[in-house]
Amino acid sequence: MNLILIFISAAIINNYVLVSFLGICPFIGVSKKLGSAVSMGMATTFVMTITAALAWLLNKYILVGLHLEFLQIVSFILVIASVVQLVEMFIKKVSQPLYEALGIFLPLITTNCAILGLALFLVMKQYNFIESIFFGFGSGVGFTLALIIMAGIREELELADVPEPFKGAPITLIVASCLALAFMGFSGII
Amino acid sequence: MNSTSFLYSLLSMGGIALFFSLLIALANKKLHVEEDPKISLIAECLPGANCGNCGYAGCNNFAEALAGGKSQISNCPVCSPSAREEIARIMGVDVKIGERKVAVVFCQGGDNVATKKAEYRGVKSCFAANLVSGGERACSYGCIGLGDCVAVCLFDAIHMDENNLPVVDRAKCTGCGNCVTACPRGVIELHPISHHVFVLCKNRDVGRIARTVCKRACTGCLLCEKAVNGQGFKVIDNLAVVDHALYTKELVLPTEKCPTKAIVILGNKDEQ
Repeated sequence: MNLILIFISAAIINNYVLVSFLGICPFIGVSKKLGSAVSMGMATTFVMTITAALAWLLNKYILVGLHLEFLQIVSFILVIASVVQLVEMFIKKVSQPLYEALGIFLPLITTNCAILGLALFLVMKQYNFIESIFFGFGSGVGFTLALIIMAGIREELELADVPEPFKGAPITLIVASCLALAFMGFSGII
Repeated sequence: MNSTSFLYSLLSMGGIALFFSLLIALANKKLHVEEDPKISLIAECLPGANCGNCGYAGCNNFAEALAGGKSQISNCPVCSPSAREEIARIMGVDVKIGERKVAVVFCQGGDNVATKKAEYRGVKSCFAANLVSGGERACSYGCIGLGDCVAVCLFDAIHMDENNLPVVDRAKCTGCGNCVTACPRGVIELHPISHHVFVLCKNRDVGRIARTVCKRACTGCLLCEKAVNGQGFKVIDNLAVVDHALYTKELVLPTEKCPTKAIVILGNKDEQ
Protein backbone atom coordinates (compact mmCIF):
# COMPACT_ATOMS: atom_id res chain seq x y z
CA MET A 1 0.00 0.00 0.00
CA ASN A 2 2.78 2.35 0.98
CA LEU A 3 4.53 1.68 -2.33
CA ILE A 4 1.40 2.49 -4.33
CA LEU A 5 0.97 5.70 -2.39
CA ILE A 6 4.57 6.70 -3.09
CA PHE A 7 4.07 5.92 -6.75
CA ILE A 8 0.85 7.94 -7.08
CA SER A 9 2.24 10.76 -5.01
CA ALA A 10 5.31 11.04 -7.24
CA ALA A 11 3.40 10.65 -10.48
CA ILE A 12 0.41 12.88 -9.92
CA ILE A 13 0.19 14.74 -6.66
CA ASN A 14 3.78 15.95 -6.59
CA ASN A 15 4.20 15.83 -10.35
CA TYR A 16 7.66 17.16 -11.05
CA VAL A 17 6.76 19.32 -14.01
CA LEU A 18 3.35 20.64 -13.13
CA VAL A 19 3.58 20.92 -9.36
CA SER A 20 7.27 21.27 -8.51
CA PHE A 21 8.15 23.05 -11.77
CA LEU A 22 11.25 20.98 -12.35
CA GLY A 23 12.30 19.90 -15.82
CA ILE A 24 10.43 22.63 -17.70
CA CYS A 25 13.02 22.73 -20.50
CA PRO A 26 12.29 19.33 -22.09
CA PHE A 27 8.63 19.82 -21.16
CA ILE A 28 8.46 22.77 -23.55
CA GLY A 29 11.13 21.49 -25.93
CA VAL A 30 9.95 17.97 -26.72
CA SER A 31 6.19 18.38 -26.41
CA LYS A 32 5.54 19.34 -30.02
CA LYS A 33 4.74 15.85 -31.23
CA LEU A 34 3.02 13.09 -29.34
CA GLY A 35 5.37 10.40 -30.64
CA SER A 36 8.60 12.00 -29.56
CA ALA A 37 6.98 13.09 -26.28
CA VAL A 38 6.22 9.46 -25.45
CA SER A 39 9.74 8.30 -26.26
CA MET A 40 11.29 11.19 -24.37
CA GLY A 41 9.09 10.34 -21.42
CA MET A 42 10.16 6.71 -21.59
CA ALA A 43 13.83 7.60 -21.81
CA THR A 44 13.48 9.96 -18.85
CA THR A 45 11.53 7.36 -16.86
CA PHE A 46 14.26 4.83 -17.46
CA VAL A 47 16.95 7.27 -16.40
CA MET A 48 14.94 8.26 -13.33
CA THR A 49 14.36 4.69 -12.19
CA ILE A 50 17.97 3.66 -12.61
CA THR A 51 19.16 6.88 -11.02
CA ALA A 52 16.88 6.38 -8.05
CA ALA A 53 18.30 2.92 -7.42
CA LEU A 54 21.92 3.93 -7.94
CA ALA A 55 21.58 7.15 -5.99
CA TRP A 56 20.09 5.29 -3.05
CA LEU A 57 22.89 2.71 -3.05
CA LEU A 58 25.50 5.39 -3.47
CA ASN A 59 24.06 7.49 -0.69
CA LYS A 60 23.57 4.66 1.75
CA TYR A 61 26.81 2.75 1.33
CA ILE A 62 29.29 5.35 0.22
CA LEU A 63 28.19 8.82 1.16
CA VAL A 64 26.55 8.13 4.51
CA GLY A 65 28.83 5.23 5.31
CA LEU A 66 31.93 7.37 4.87
CA HIS A 67 30.33 10.60 6.17
CA LEU A 68 30.70 12.28 2.80
CA GLU A 69 27.17 13.75 2.51
CA PHE A 70 28.62 16.98 1.15
CA LEU A 71 29.44 15.11 -2.06
CA GLN A 72 25.78 14.33 -2.75
CA ILE A 73 25.21 16.69 -5.64
CA VAL A 74 28.49 15.94 -7.39
CA SER A 75 28.18 12.19 -7.12
CA PHE A 76 24.51 12.18 -8.15
CA ILE A 77 25.32 14.22 -11.23
CA LEU A 78 28.04 11.73 -12.04
CA VAL A 79 25.52 8.90 -11.83
CA ILE A 80 22.92 10.74 -13.89
CA ALA A 81 25.39 11.71 -16.60
CA SER A 82 26.63 8.13 -16.93
CA VAL A 83 23.14 6.67 -17.10
CA VAL A 84 22.11 9.24 -19.71
CA GLN A 85 25.18 8.40 -21.73
CA LEU A 86 24.23 4.73 -21.66
CA VAL A 87 20.65 5.49 -22.65
CA GLU A 88 21.86 7.67 -25.49
CA MET A 89 24.11 4.93 -26.84
CA PHE A 90 21.30 2.43 -26.50
CA ILE A 91 18.76 4.57 -28.34
CA LYS A 92 21.26 5.38 -31.06
CA LYS A 93 21.87 1.70 -31.54
CA VAL A 94 18.24 0.66 -31.44
CA SER A 95 16.48 3.47 -33.27
CA GLN A 96 18.33 6.08 -35.30
CA PRO A 97 15.12 8.00 -36.21
CA LEU A 98 14.16 8.27 -32.56
CA TYR A 99 17.70 9.43 -31.77
CA GLU A 100 17.35 12.19 -34.33
CA ALA A 101 13.84 13.12 -33.20
CA LEU A 102 14.96 13.59 -29.60
CA GLY A 103 18.03 15.45 -30.79
CA ILE A 104 19.79 17.63 -28.31
CA PHE A 105 17.20 16.93 -25.61
CA LEU A 106 18.46 13.41 -25.16
CA PRO A 107 21.92 14.36 -23.82
CA LEU A 108 20.19 17.23 -22.06
CA ILE A 109 18.42 14.75 -19.79
CA THR A 110 21.70 15.02 -17.89
CA THR A 111 20.92 18.58 -16.96
CA ASN A 112 17.23 17.92 -16.41
CA CYS A 113 16.75 19.26 -12.90
CA ALA A 114 13.86 16.86 -12.30
CA ILE A 115 16.33 13.98 -12.17
CA LEU A 116 18.77 15.64 -9.80
CA GLY A 117 15.73 16.75 -7.82
CA LEU A 118 14.59 13.13 -7.65
CA ALA A 119 17.94 11.96 -6.29
CA LEU A 120 18.06 14.71 -3.67
CA PHE A 121 14.40 14.22 -2.68
CA LEU A 122 14.71 10.52 -2.08
CA VAL A 123 17.58 11.12 0.30
CA MET A 124 15.62 13.86 2.01
CA LYS A 125 12.53 11.67 2.37
CA GLN A 126 14.61 8.77 3.72
CA TYR A 127 13.03 6.09 1.55
CA ASN A 128 14.32 2.54 1.59
CA PHE A 129 15.65 0.86 -1.56
CA ILE A 130 12.35 -0.49 -2.91
CA GLU A 131 10.55 2.74 -2.07
CA SER A 132 13.23 4.69 -3.88
CA ILE A 133 12.77 2.66 -7.04
CA PHE A 134 9.02 3.17 -6.92
CA PHE A 135 9.56 6.84 -6.25
CA GLY A 136 11.87 7.14 -9.27
CA PHE A 137 9.56 5.16 -11.52
CA GLY A 138 6.54 7.18 -10.36
CA SER A 139 8.36 10.43 -11.01
CA GLY A 140 9.22 9.25 -14.49
CA VAL A 141 5.64 8.25 -15.17
CA GLY A 142 4.50 11.65 -13.91
CA PHE A 143 6.97 13.38 -16.20
CA THR A 144 5.79 11.28 -19.13
CA LEU A 145 2.18 12.04 -18.26
CA ALA A 146 2.83 15.78 -18.23
CA LEU A 147 4.71 15.55 -21.53
CA ILE A 148 1.96 13.51 -23.20
CA ILE A 149 -0.83 15.79 -22.01
CA MET A 150 1.11 18.80 -23.21
CA ALA A 151 1.95 17.23 -26.57
CA GLY A 152 -1.70 16.31 -27.11
CA ILE A 153 -2.82 19.85 -26.40
CA ARG A 154 -0.09 21.35 -28.55
CA GLU A 155 -1.01 19.19 -31.50
CA GLU A 156 -4.54 20.56 -31.21
CA LEU A 157 -3.17 24.08 -30.75
CA GLU A 158 -1.58 23.85 -34.19
CA LEU A 159 -5.10 23.98 -35.59
CA ALA A 160 -6.38 26.67 -33.26
CA ASP A 161 -6.62 30.31 -34.14
CA VAL A 162 -4.03 31.63 -31.72
CA PRO A 163 -3.50 35.42 -31.70
CA GLU A 164 -0.27 36.30 -33.51
CA PRO A 165 1.78 37.49 -30.48
CA PHE A 166 0.88 34.35 -28.51
CA LYS A 167 1.96 31.83 -31.13
CA GLY A 168 4.65 29.34 -30.14
CA ALA A 169 6.22 29.53 -26.70
CA PRO A 170 3.81 32.05 -25.07
CA ILE A 171 0.66 30.01 -25.63
CA THR A 172 2.53 26.90 -24.54
CA LEU A 173 3.47 28.52 -21.26
CA ILE A 174 -0.10 29.68 -20.73
CA VAL A 175 -1.39 26.16 -21.38
CA ALA A 176 1.26 24.81 -19.01
CA SER A 177 0.07 27.15 -16.28
CA CYS A 178 -3.55 26.01 -16.78
CA LEU A 179 -2.37 22.41 -16.49
CA ALA A 180 -0.45 23.27 -13.33
CA LEU A 181 -3.62 24.81 -11.90
CA ALA A 182 -5.53 21.64 -12.71
CA PHE A 183 -2.89 19.49 -11.03
CA MET A 184 -3.07 21.67 -7.94
CA GLY A 185 -6.50 20.12 -7.45
CA PHE A 186 -4.79 16.86 -6.46
CA SER A 187 -2.84 18.43 -3.63
CA GLY A 188 -3.67 17.17 -0.19
CA ILE A 189 -5.19 13.89 -1.33
CA ILE A 190 -2.45 11.86 0.28
CA MET B 1 37.21 18.38 7.36
CA ASN B 2 40.07 16.13 8.31
CA SER B 3 42.54 14.25 6.17
CA THR B 4 40.65 10.92 6.30
CA SER B 5 37.45 12.36 4.87
CA PHE B 6 39.57 14.13 2.27
CA LEU B 7 41.11 10.81 1.32
CA TYR B 8 37.74 9.04 1.40
CA SER B 9 36.08 11.58 -0.83
CA LEU B 10 38.96 11.40 -3.25
CA LEU B 11 38.85 7.63 -3.34
CA SER B 12 35.09 7.26 -3.48
CA MET B 13 34.59 9.83 -6.23
CA GLY B 14 37.49 8.43 -8.15
CA GLY B 15 36.08 4.93 -7.72
CA ILE B 16 32.61 5.95 -8.87
CA ALA B 17 34.01 7.78 -11.86
CA LEU B 18 36.22 4.85 -12.77
CA PHE B 19 33.33 2.41 -12.43
CA PHE B 20 31.07 4.42 -14.71
CA SER B 21 33.76 5.18 -17.24
CA LEU B 22 34.51 1.46 -17.51
CA LEU B 23 30.80 0.76 -17.88
CA ILE B 24 30.46 3.35 -20.62
CA ALA B 25 33.58 2.16 -22.37
CA LEU B 26 32.16 -1.34 -22.35
CA ALA B 27 28.79 -0.14 -23.61
CA ASN B 28 30.50 1.90 -26.29
CA LYS B 29 32.15 -1.27 -27.54
CA LYS B 30 28.94 -3.28 -27.40
CA LEU B 31 26.57 -0.65 -28.71
CA HIS B 32 28.86 0.80 -31.32
CA VAL B 33 27.03 2.17 -34.33
CA GLU B 34 28.76 2.30 -37.68
CA GLU B 35 28.83 5.92 -38.69
CA ASP B 36 29.97 7.59 -41.82
CA PRO B 37 33.71 7.98 -41.16
CA LYS B 38 33.55 11.34 -42.91
CA ILE B 39 31.55 12.78 -40.03
CA SER B 40 34.30 12.56 -37.44
CA LEU B 41 36.92 13.66 -39.98
CA ILE B 42 34.88 16.73 -40.87
CA ALA B 43 34.11 17.45 -37.23
CA GLU B 44 37.84 17.60 -36.54
CA CYS B 45 38.29 20.30 -39.17
CA LEU B 46 35.43 22.44 -37.93
CA PRO B 47 36.25 25.18 -35.43
CA GLY B 48 34.49 23.38 -32.59
CA ALA B 49 33.12 26.64 -31.29
CA ASN B 50 29.53 25.31 -31.33
CA CYS B 51 28.37 28.84 -32.07
CA GLY B 52 25.25 27.71 -33.92
CA ASN B 53 25.59 30.21 -36.76
CA CYS B 54 25.22 27.40 -39.31
CA GLY B 55 21.73 26.70 -37.98
CA TYR B 56 22.64 23.40 -36.33
CA ALA B 57 22.93 22.71 -32.63
CA GLY B 58 26.69 22.29 -32.74
CA CYS B 59 29.70 21.54 -34.87
CA ASN B 60 29.03 17.80 -34.70
CA ASN B 61 25.51 18.15 -36.03
CA PHE B 62 26.83 20.46 -38.74
CA ALA B 63 29.45 17.85 -39.65
CA GLU B 64 26.69 15.26 -40.01
CA ALA B 65 24.72 17.61 -42.21
CA LEU B 66 27.81 18.29 -44.33
CA ALA B 67 28.57 14.61 -44.73
CA GLY B 68 24.95 14.01 -45.67
CA GLY B 69 25.07 16.81 -48.22
CA LYS B 70 22.33 18.70 -46.39
CA SER B 71 24.39 21.80 -45.75
CA GLN B 72 27.36 23.65 -47.15
CA ILE B 73 30.59 24.64 -45.50
CA SER B 74 29.94 28.24 -46.54
CA ASN B 75 27.23 28.27 -43.87
CA CYS B 76 29.99 28.25 -41.26
CA PRO B 77 31.20 31.82 -40.80
CA VAL B 78 34.06 30.89 -38.47
CA CYS B 79 35.77 28.19 -40.51
CA SER B 80 39.18 29.17 -41.91
CA PRO B 81 39.97 28.81 -45.64
CA SER B 82 42.49 26.02 -44.99
CA ALA B 83 39.92 24.04 -42.99
CA ARG B 84 37.44 24.52 -45.81
CA GLU B 85 39.92 23.06 -48.27
CA GLU B 86 40.52 20.14 -45.94
CA ILE B 87 36.79 19.45 -45.66
CA ALA B 88 36.39 19.74 -49.40
CA ARG B 89 39.17 17.18 -49.77
CA ILE B 90 37.40 14.83 -47.35
CA MET B 91 34.18 15.21 -49.25
CA GLY B 92 36.01 14.77 -52.54
CA VAL B 93 34.83 17.99 -54.13
CA ASP B 94 36.67 21.02 -55.43
CA VAL B 95 36.73 24.04 -53.25
CA LYS B 96 35.32 27.14 -54.76
CA ILE B 97 35.89 30.23 -52.74
CA GLY B 98 33.29 32.64 -53.93
CA GLU B 99 34.21 36.20 -54.60
CA ARG B 100 33.39 38.48 -51.72
CA LYS B 101 30.21 40.44 -52.18
CA VAL B 102 29.47 43.85 -50.79
CA ALA B 103 26.33 45.89 -50.52
CA VAL B 104 25.87 48.74 -52.99
CA VAL B 105 23.33 51.49 -52.44
CA PHE B 106 21.68 52.22 -55.77
CA CYS B 107 20.64 55.75 -55.01
CA GLN B 108 22.37 59.09 -54.82
CA GLY B 109 19.28 61.02 -53.86
CA GLY B 110 20.42 62.57 -50.61
CA ASP B 111 18.59 65.52 -49.10
CA ASN B 112 20.83 67.85 -51.14
CA VAL B 113 19.65 66.64 -54.53
CA ALA B 114 16.32 64.90 -54.03
CA THR B 115 13.11 66.84 -54.28
CA LYS B 116 11.18 66.91 -51.05
CA LYS B 117 7.48 66.31 -51.51
CA ALA B 118 6.27 66.51 -47.92
CA GLU B 119 7.39 66.53 -44.33
CA TYR B 120 7.36 63.14 -42.63
CA ARG B 121 6.86 63.17 -38.88
CA GLY B 122 5.95 59.53 -38.32
CA VAL B 123 7.95 56.62 -36.95
CA LYS B 124 11.61 56.98 -37.90
CA SER B 125 11.75 53.87 -40.01
CA CYS B 126 11.86 53.40 -43.76
CA PHE B 127 9.51 50.45 -43.43
CA ALA B 128 6.89 52.53 -41.63
CA ALA B 129 7.31 55.52 -43.92
CA ASN B 130 7.00 53.33 -46.97
CA LEU B 131 3.67 52.01 -45.70
CA VAL B 132 2.18 55.45 -45.17
CA SER B 133 3.31 57.71 -47.94
CA GLY B 134 6.79 56.73 -48.98
CA GLY B 135 8.54 59.26 -46.78
CA GLU B 136 9.68 62.76 -47.61
CA ARG B 137 11.40 62.33 -50.93
CA ALA B 138 9.48 62.63 -54.13
CA CYS B 139 11.24 59.74 -55.88
CA SER B 140 9.19 56.60 -55.49
CA TYR B 141 12.13 54.34 -56.39
CA GLY B 142 14.94 55.72 -54.28
CA CYS B 143 16.21 55.75 -50.74
CA ILE B 144 13.76 56.93 -48.07
CA GLY B 145 16.62 58.00 -45.84
CA LEU B 146 15.44 56.88 -42.40
CA GLY B 147 18.20 54.34 -41.88
CA ASP B 148 16.61 50.90 -41.59
CA CYS B 149 19.70 49.52 -43.31
CA VAL B 150 21.99 51.13 -40.73
CA ALA B 151 19.93 49.69 -37.89
CA VAL B 152 20.14 46.08 -39.12
CA CYS B 153 23.86 46.11 -39.95
CA LEU B 154 25.67 43.91 -37.46
CA PHE B 155 29.09 44.92 -38.67
CA ASP B 156 28.97 48.71 -38.45
CA ALA B 157 29.53 48.79 -42.20
CA ILE B 158 26.79 51.14 -43.32
CA HIS B 159 26.25 54.72 -42.16
CA MET B 160 24.07 57.68 -43.03
CA ASP B 161 25.97 60.62 -44.48
CA GLU B 162 25.07 64.26 -43.85
CA ASN B 163 22.40 64.09 -46.54
CA ASN B 164 20.67 61.09 -45.00
CA LEU B 165 21.95 58.71 -47.61
CA PRO B 166 23.44 55.38 -46.57
CA VAL B 167 27.11 54.84 -47.38
CA VAL B 168 28.60 51.35 -47.34
CA ASP B 169 32.06 50.79 -45.93
CA ARG B 170 33.25 48.30 -48.54
CA ALA B 171 36.08 47.11 -46.32
CA LYS B 172 33.80 46.24 -43.42
CA CYS B 173 30.84 44.88 -45.38
CA THR B 174 30.52 41.11 -45.09
CA GLY B 175 27.81 40.75 -47.70
CA CYS B 176 25.39 39.24 -45.19
CA GLY B 177 22.46 40.86 -46.97
CA ASN B 178 20.69 42.17 -43.87
CA CYS B 179 20.42 45.64 -45.35
CA VAL B 180 19.20 44.23 -48.66
CA THR B 181 16.21 42.66 -46.96
CA ALA B 182 15.67 45.63 -44.66
CA CYS B 183 15.33 48.17 -47.45
CA PRO B 184 11.64 48.45 -48.36
CA ARG B 185 12.51 50.02 -51.70
CA GLY B 186 15.04 47.38 -52.76
CA VAL B 187 17.66 50.07 -53.28
CA ILE B 188 20.52 48.01 -51.87
CA GLU B 189 22.00 45.10 -53.84
CA LEU B 190 24.89 42.74 -53.27
CA HIS B 191 27.61 42.95 -55.91
CA PRO B 192 30.95 41.17 -56.24
CA ILE B 193 33.80 43.30 -54.98
CA SER B 194 35.28 43.42 -58.50
CA HIS B 195 32.33 45.46 -59.77
CA HIS B 196 33.22 49.11 -59.67
CA VAL B 197 31.19 50.93 -62.29
CA PHE B 198 27.59 51.48 -61.30
CA VAL B 199 24.57 53.45 -62.39
CA LEU B 200 23.45 54.46 -58.94
CA CYS B 201 19.79 54.96 -59.62
CA LYS B 202 16.66 52.84 -59.62
CA ASN B 203 14.27 55.37 -61.11
CA ARG B 204 12.36 54.02 -64.09
CA ASP B 205 10.24 57.12 -64.64
CA VAL B 206 10.55 58.79 -68.00
CA GLY B 207 13.31 61.39 -68.11
CA ARG B 208 11.01 64.35 -67.69
CA ILE B 209 9.64 63.09 -64.38
CA ALA B 210 12.92 61.59 -63.20
CA ARG B 211 14.59 64.99 -63.57
CA THR B 212 11.99 66.68 -61.41
CA VAL B 213 12.29 64.24 -58.50
CA CYS B 214 16.07 64.08 -58.24
CA LYS B 215 19.09 65.88 -59.67
CA ARG B 216 21.08 62.65 -59.76
CA ALA B 217 18.45 60.41 -61.36
CA CYS B 218 19.15 58.38 -64.45
CA THR B 219 16.86 59.87 -67.00
CA GLY B 220 17.35 57.20 -69.60
CA CYS B 221 18.78 59.78 -72.00
CA LEU B 222 20.81 57.16 -73.91
CA LEU B 223 23.96 59.33 -73.90
CA CYS B 224 25.98 56.63 -72.19
CA GLU B 225 24.76 53.94 -74.53
CA LYS B 226 25.69 56.03 -77.52
CA ALA B 227 29.08 57.03 -76.11
CA VAL B 228 30.17 53.40 -75.80
CA ASN B 229 28.37 52.22 -78.92
CA GLY B 230 26.10 49.99 -76.88
CA GLN B 231 29.09 48.04 -75.51
CA GLY B 232 28.67 48.07 -71.77
CA PHE B 233 25.65 50.24 -71.19
CA LYS B 234 22.11 49.50 -72.12
CA VAL B 235 19.07 51.56 -71.29
CA ILE B 236 16.19 49.36 -70.23
CA ASP B 237 12.92 50.91 -69.02
CA ASN B 238 14.43 54.38 -68.81
CA LEU B 239 17.29 53.15 -66.69
CA ALA B 240 20.86 52.50 -67.78
CA VAL B 241 22.23 49.07 -66.89
CA VAL B 242 25.96 48.32 -66.72
CA ASP B 243 27.47 45.22 -68.25
CA HIS B 244 29.88 44.46 -65.42
CA ALA B 245 31.92 41.99 -67.44
CA LEU B 246 33.35 44.87 -69.46
CA TYR B 247 34.29 47.14 -66.57
CA THR B 248 36.23 45.08 -64.08
CA LYS B 249 39.80 45.91 -65.05
CA GLU B 250 40.11 49.59 -65.90
CA LEU B 251 38.72 51.92 -63.33
CA VAL B 252 38.03 54.74 -65.73
CA LEU B 253 34.58 56.06 -66.23
CA PRO B 254 33.52 54.76 -69.63
CA THR B 255 31.82 58.03 -70.27
CA GLU B 256 31.92 61.45 -68.72
CA LYS B 257 28.82 62.32 -70.58
CA CYS B 258 26.19 61.40 -68.01
CA PRO B 259 24.35 64.70 -67.50
CA THR B 260 23.12 63.79 -64.01
CA LYS B 261 26.33 62.09 -62.83
CA ALA B 262 24.40 58.91 -62.15
CA ILE B 263 27.30 56.76 -63.36
CA VAL B 264 29.85 56.37 -60.58
CA ILE B 265 32.98 54.42 -59.73
CA LEU B 266 32.87 52.81 -56.31
CA GLY B 267 35.87 51.44 -54.45
CA ASN B 268 39.28 50.78 -55.98
CA LYS B 269 41.10 47.97 -57.73
CA ASP B 270 43.13 46.88 -54.73
CA GLU B 271 40.23 45.86 -52.51
CA GLN B 272 39.61 42.21 -51.98
